[in-house]
Amino acid sequence: MSEKNGFEPKIIGFLCNWCSYAGADLAGVSRIQYPPNIRIIRVMCSGRIDPAFVLEAFKDGADGVLVAGCHLPSDCHYISGNFKALRRITLLKKALAEFGIEPERLRLEWISASEGDKFATVVRDMTEQIKKLGPNPFKEMEVKSQ
Amino acid sequence: MANQKIGAVLVIGGGVAGIQASLDLADSGFKVYLADQAPSIGGVMAQLDKTFPTNDCSMCILSPKLVAAGRHPNITVLTNVEVAGLNGEAGSFEVKLRKLSRYIIEEKCNGCGICAQKCPIEAIDTFNEGLSNRSAIYVEYPQAVPLKYKIDREKCIGCGTCYEVCKAKAITYDQKDSEATLKVGSIILAPGFEVFDAKLKSEYGYGRYPNVVTSIEFERILSASGPYGGLVLRPSDGEIPKKIAFIQCVGSRDYQLGNNYCSAACCMYGMKEAVIAKEHTPPPLNAKIFFMDMRSYGKEFDAYYKRAQGEWGIQFVRSRVAGITEDPKTQNLFVHYVENETPKTEEFEMVVLSVGMQPPKNAEKLAESLGIKLNAYKFCETQAFSPTETSKPGVFVCGAFSGPKDIPESVAQASAAAAKAMEVIASERGTEVAVKEYPPERDVSLEEPRIGVFVCHCGINIGGVVNVPEVVEYARKLPNVVFAEANVYTCSEDTQKLIKEKIMENKLNRVIVASCTPRTHEPLFKETVQEAGLNPYLFEMTNIRDQCSWVHMHDAKEATEKAKDLVRSIVAKAKLLAPLKKPLINVTPVALVIGGGVSGITASLSLADQGFEVHLVEKEPELGGQLRNINYLLEKDSDPKEKLSSLVEAVTKNDKIRVYKNAEVVDVYGFVGNFKSKIKQKNGEEKEVEHGVVIVATGASEYKPSEYLYGKDPRVVTQHELEEKLASGTFEAKTVVMIQCVGARNDERPNCARICCGQAIKNALKIKETRSETEIYVLYKDMRAYGFKEDYYREAAIKGVIFVNYDDERKPQVKAENGKLLASFWEPVLNEQVEIEPDLVVLSAATVPNPDNKKLADMLKVPLTKDGFFLEAHMKLRPVDFATEGVFLCGMAHSPKYIDESIAQACATAARATTILSKKTLEMEGIVANVSEDLCSGCRICEYLCPYGAVEMKDKEGKTVAHVLEALCKGCGACGTACPTKAIIMGHFTTEEILAQVKAALVEVKI
Repeated sequence: MSEKNGFEPKIIGFLCNWCSYAGADLAGVSRIQYPPNIRIIRVMCSGRIDPAFVLEAFKDGADGVLVAGCHLPSDCHYISGNFKALRRITLLKKALAEFGIEPERLRLEWISASEGDKFATVVRDMTEQIKKLGPNPFKEMEVKSQ
Repeated sequence: MANQKIGAVLVIGGGVAGIQASLDLADSGFKVYLADQAPSIGGVMAQLDKTFPTNDCSMCILSPKLVAAGRHPNITVLTNVEVAGLNGEAGSFEVKLRKLSRYIIEEKCNGCGICAQKCPIEAIDTFNEGLSNRSAIYVEYPQAVPLKYKIDREKCIGCGTCYEVCKAKAITYDQKDSEATLKVGSIILAPGFEVFDAKLKSEYGYGRYPNVVTSIEFERILSASGPYGGLVLRPSDGEIPKKIAFIQCVGSRDYQLGNNYCSAACCMYGMKEAVIAKEHTPPPLNAKIFFMDMRSYGKEFDAYYKRAQGEWGIQFVRSRVAGITEDPKTQNLFVHYVENETPKTEEFEMVVLSVGMQPPKNAEKLAESLGIKLNAYKFCETQAFSPTETSKPGVFVCGAFSGPKDIPESVAQASAAAAKAMEVIASERGTEVAVKEYPPERDVSLEEPRIGVFVCHCGINIGGVVNVPEVVEYARKLPNVVFAEANVYTCSEDTQKLIKEKIMENKLNRVIVASCTPRTHEPLFKETVQEAGLNPYLFEMTNIRDQCSWVHMHDAKEATEKAKDLVRSIVAKAKLLAPLKKPLINVTPVALVIGGGVSGITASLSLADQGFEVHLVEKEPELGGQLRNINYLLEKDSDPKEKLSSLVEAVTKNDKIRVYKNAEVVDVYGFVGNFKSKIKQKNGEEKEVEHGVVIVATGASEYKPSEYLYGKDPRVVTQHELEEKLASGTFEAKTVVMIQCVGARNDERPNCARICCGQAIKNALKIKETRSETEIYVLYKDMRAYGFKEDYYREAAIKGVIFVNYDDERKPQVKAENGKLLASFWEPVLNEQVEIEPDLVVLSAATVPNPDNKKLADMLKVPLTKDGFFLEAHMKLRPVDFATEGVFLCGMAHSPKYIDESIAQACATAARATTILSKKTLEMEGIVANVSEDLCSGCRICEYLCPYGAVEMKDKEGKTVAHVLEALCKGCGACGTACPTKAIIMGHFTTEEILAQVKAALVEVKI
């Protein structure tokens, strides 16, 4: 985080074990460089990702949340977990606006085990985008309320 | 009466092939003796820095296998051992072994290494190829298995220092060589290869000019644990070179030396070394590769070649280097070569010679003591239809000893040889083995969490970027962490021992490793904690390499901060971890083989010969697949038509194999050990079969070109069509033009189709055999006649077949004018465009994947490559496995390949399948959903959501509650997420654990 006073977002990435986590590993194996802003949480399937996890992440100060799973329609190791994630995260994005959080802070991506470059690109894009958005408004609200 | 068969196998050679064969055998109920001449196993792969085409760290992927072989209860590792003689016959051999002295009592040595620290004598470090020194008492490398020291008696002065300092009293100077006799049922040879002695190519100055090194020396130079710690330095002055030349085919394709064959792997490893050199050197490094043909023929290899040229900026020069001279002042090197018919000289600061593979030095002695035949080059002789069989029944071969090859092919052959070895002694399965037993599990339910954190340097892979000591210091201060330390390689055998000791000493009840990816290393560490009496689910891992040090290489500070965050986060999760039980499931000892070509047939026969039932499903009305189009072989060692009919007959007659022709698999459900599939037969009838494994052998087919007037002019045909003409006697032509790489190595299909060069040479030779006057032109991009196929390439050239190189900028052209067929192409030697009038244009068309692959991949939940072939679990070390347990892959469904390669893979799937089918029960993953019945409201959302039907409703004291069938649950967690009352607890990924992990990743803990 090179800029001294610049805002460096904190991003939580929920990655499914089979496709997206493996894609992130491949980015490493291929030495594709990306900004160090993401902290990855491994789950077995994107269908495991409870909207509550995302909301808690924002509450705890995440500036962005990435949910990544196997490609639609049929890459999911658990047959249809990615569809479950699609439904939940799409609805959650709508709800986020109600909480005063820009829906762009939450991203759902399909990243396969052979897409190391895509994973790196997503992290780069997301970091840039959230830098423009600024810090998570929750954090500011908290500061004000204190 | 024949001797009683013995359920044990001797594997000679402990490289990656020998290790793989041993693991497959030992996991299938056979006792294995794994013998190596060296003091430790690992072979050449242990010396490599990275592996192509994924640039995976070689030691990282090999190390878990070394450890698994070293600790397997059914494998006895014998080191410093030579074979002295063989008696008996297949099923019942007596092998005489000579054990050379280590001057160390192996049982006593604990590998502590104090002896080596105190030893006053320096000797040449052969593991580092002589680029550094070691002591006279030594282990080959830090992760060596077994970790037992050895005294180099040629260097040892007998001062007695090691004897004095050895607390274990393991030193014994007067140990004598000893002899032992083993009784085994079959034998597998995997002695590997020797690298070519580059001094024999005196024109390259190796041995005279210090900055000319061999490729194996360069691997050590690149290695983090090598002589220069992973920095690329010139041996003469320790300077960082800015310009390196890589010279291919040193000791290969060399008729003067008699090493006529191609060493098959050097093109790829040369490219890889150039790429990794760039990575390890401050830019700009200029790397130039001098090559004759770029033989990147394997799966996804051409994509790597493209990246090397484009993204990594490696330069390529098509030229055989004539000689190298040195500037005695700078010790820079002048490379003399001819390009475009013009002699040139270019100055480099370092030169790497891509040295070829030779048979092992003791090949002749070994062949003599075992009574097997060698080929003209002293490699083990095999045949196209039996690639792992030696001339002696019961003795099998795999890896580079049967011909130069790369790692995945060695691994596939190793599993194949294991299958053949099992066939001989299938009746004796389980008679000589022990069952692995763990100590009773410690009950930690009443203990406060006591967490131990092990942070891995991974050589310099992590430690070169992340400040590991700082992370360890940080971890020590985190709540509930009672122990933390750094390891050079946390995965090494000695560290496993250390982890166990630390668990005991510090009463740890949660263990964390911060290193690489859990996808490869978690099973190893789980086993380690289990051996220390902990439930394996009290272990967690965080990835500070693939997802940290490797992706933030230029930002050490932030990478270190990230590593700390990740450790803090996983510590928060670990605190909440609970022990889980692994359910046991029964195995249906039946295989479903999809595809009845040579691969499917071979796999079916191997399994049936071992006593397992097989359902073999073929879409076409006849068995045989692509083999039906093959009339003769390049090697001429067997008649493919005859082989086909004997294979089909064997399958048809075998009462263990049920063949379904004109049939298709339309549905697969279930899981490893317990699949149920529907086979739709010709009459529309669907039959349901139960099976424990699936083998995918759906093949591939010849591309139907749209190029070069194919389909428009009958004088333009494919190689298959030409072969048909030659076989049926309808071939008529005075001039033939063959065009290579039609439909391959282009934008649509970037990879090489592998077999077309061999097909072209085969058909050209066949034409010359009967009509020697026929003029044949072969227009090629690179002639990829790898391995011993080079002999036939040369034979074709001698017999007058004209080979003309073309590139993408100047592709050949074919047109029809006034009834004439015209082919024009650029002739680089004449330096002009040539137009000729052939009677026949033969297109060497690509091999394209089976169009049904997509459907099948969806059904089996397995991935495809971008090209549409099936994608295996790991390109290097799991070539025939899918990531999905119980599903395997072989033959051209994997990628284009020759018959011997398909057969090797097919036998390999049989061995891999046997590791499952031979067990009555399988221990399943313990990560499953659990219902808290008090909280369950019986709403049935989970029942509806579960894709595996693993949730059923049951009556509990008058209340309907959900119940999870553990054997069916795959642990995805979708039910837990959907449960409105949060009654479902997802083992190892509980809501509390995940939330703790998230919070700790974001919020600094006050320490």
